[in-house]
Amino acid sequence: MAWMRDRLDRMTKPQDPERLVERPTGLWKGAFQRLLRRKTGVVGLSIIGFMVLVALAAPVLAPYDPNKVLIGQEENIKRRDPPCVHILGCEAEKPQHVLGLDGNARDQFSRIIYGSRVSLSVGFTTVLVAFTIGASLGAIAGFWGGWLDNVIMRVMDVVLGFPALLLAIAIVAALGPGLRNTLLAIAIVSIPAYARVMRASVLSIKELDFVAASRALGASSIRILWTRVIPNSLTPLVVIATLGIATAILDAAAFGFLGLGAQEPTAEWGAMLARERNQVFSAPHLVFFPGLAIMITVLGFNLLGDGMRDALDPSLAE
Amino acid sequence: MLQFVGRRILLAIPVLLGILIATFLLARMIPGDPCRSLLGERATEEACDRFAKNKGLDEPIPVQLGIYIADMAQGDFGRSIRFSRPVSQILIERLPLTIELSVTALVLALLIGIPLGIISAMKHNTAIDVGTMMFANVGVSMPVFWLGLLLAYFFALVLQGTPLALPPSGRLSAGLISIPFYEAWGWGVRDGSLPHSMFEFISNHYIFNSLVTGDWRLFWDAIQHMILPAAALSTIPMAIIARMTRSSLLDVLGRDYVRTARAKGATERRVVVRHALRNAMLPVVTIIGLQLGALLSGAVLTETVFGLAGAGTMLFEAITARDYPIIQAFTVVIATGYVVLNLIVDVSYGYFDPRVRLE
Repeated sequence: MAWMRDRLDRMTKPQDPERLVERPTGLWKGAFQRLLRRKTGVVGLSIIGFMVLVALAAPVLAPYDPNKVLIGQEENIKRRDPPCVHILGCEAEKPQHVLGLDGNARDQFSRIIYGSRVSLSVGFTTVLVAFTIGASLGAIAGFWGGWLDNVIMRVMDVVLGFPALLLAIAIVAALGPGLRNTLLAIAIVSIPAYARVMRASVLSIKELDFVAASRALGASSIRILWTRVIPNSLTPLVVIATLGIATAILDAAAFGFLGLGAQEPTAEWGAMLARERNQVFSAPHLVFFPGLAIMITVLGFNLLGDGMRDALDPSLAE
Repeated sequence: MLQFVGRRILLAIPVLLGILIATFLLARMIPGDPCRSLLGERATEEACDRFAKNKGLDEPIPVQLGIYIADMAQGDFGRSIRFSRPVSQILIERLPLTIELSVTALVLALLIGIPLGIISAMKHNTAIDVGTMMFANVGVSMPVFWLGLLLAYFFALVLQGTPLALPPSGRLSAGLISIPFYEAWGWGVRDGSLPHSMFEFISNHYIFNSLVTGDWRLFWDAIQHMILPAAALSTIPMAIIARMTRSSLLDVLGRDYVRTARAKGATERRVVVRHALRNAMLPVVTIIGLQLGALLSGAVLTETVFGLAGAGTMLFEAITARDYPIIQAFTVVIATGYVVLNLIVDVSYGYFDPRVRLE
């Protein structure tokens, strides 16, 4: 009956006023807790966590130098050797290559491990660039409105008028192939999405009472924008950014595949796959595994983005 | 309604102009002297001056832009540098394949995606629902080119010799020739005339052409060649459409009028098909419009994987070979098509939902 006494105590005795009103959980903390309660969110986070670990620990995990040509270094190997794992019945005299060798007799497993560095950094940087530029443009357009709004949003409309990947290809063509230009091109074509969402968000936030209160207190426009409007407008962008990382990784891989992105000898999954695509019938492992790596990484970000959308949507909050 | 359509068309015009200007500027941003890349590294100064005068490159940039827009508006796309043939001719040859591929992929995505979404929503939170959504998540995460190669590997190599085997590349089997409908029907159209170009363009849609001329062997062959690329290309839109249909239908099924329909004793089937589905399809229509861009972008990759000579591969080759007229013309045509299709989607949205017209 101890619990009953506790309860009676709580009801009758005067309480610490701090504890009478329960502090509401903050938006982000609450969202994170809800995210952890969703399977998609947890699976997504785990995949990304795993990939980040692999990327960070690449030198420890990779059994070989990703760019080292092993012909002449090892006995009993030839180019495009299929996977050889000793415990799975591969002959003991052959050196172990878990995912086989590529067309230059490099260890594919090591290359895939190092490839995670390229894909993850491309994903994060692209979104960072697009997010910063897009959100700023959207905030300016939404907050000040008028001709500035018109000019910014019409330019965004033109960018959206092109199929994204085609425009990105044209930009890379103008700037020259390579990983950095790919990154820039993908960032440019994804700016309008952030700008539009940010603008819509700012438009609704700036009409709210607490912004009017700030204005009445004499805060400057810049101050209101920075301390009141922007922090409250960012929520919907976070979801787009997470899903944007997925798209960026996919697009960067497509550029690698088309030969416009990462160049040899960089271990980039799309480019690895492209180099061996004509060998798909004779050496399918060289096409299968890089693609699988892309898919799993992209899936991680897509799942996380989905989970975050649910977690941040107040209408679904318990 | 008419006013609504008019307003939408007016809104599309600045975007189209912007696209023209953007392609013009992009082509001029590509590094290198167009004269030297055309006439060769060792072209003399006089030759280059003559070249610049010929191509109007000695005019100020705004004048060049004006000429360019006027030419484009008249359908004069110039001549390809690499093939020294009119770009419009290359468009006639290459574009139909891409259109056929995208349309087939879109039809596949709709035919499978929408029913999947409906079933998922009706069996909310069951194994079917969870399975479909997992498929959708994996579907949007798959690189198109990878899926294409896997499909080619499976259907052309693993299933080789079985009735399910499908060709991994090309548009028609060797030896088959598509006879254009205007020749099959003996229409005497003059080579190079406008109707001839239009008929040629239409007849280069092999599936359509063989269908109207009744060439069933060719029709079946063209379809077989189309299945794998279209399947690869349709996966992402299919997954997105399935997801959108599901969430939109779930939303509508929770509304009061649906409860009223149920209270009247309508069967679940009737509630979904007659009452909920129409309203649920509105957001799906929007998504379809947005997916057209993904289809066109994906076409470049799919065509590369399956060795198809379409607009996507042409554009890609032109970019790597710096064939500016082709780059400009293909980008403008594709982007314009994209804008026009989205305009149609917008207008149809106004047709389905009268409220939109007033916004």
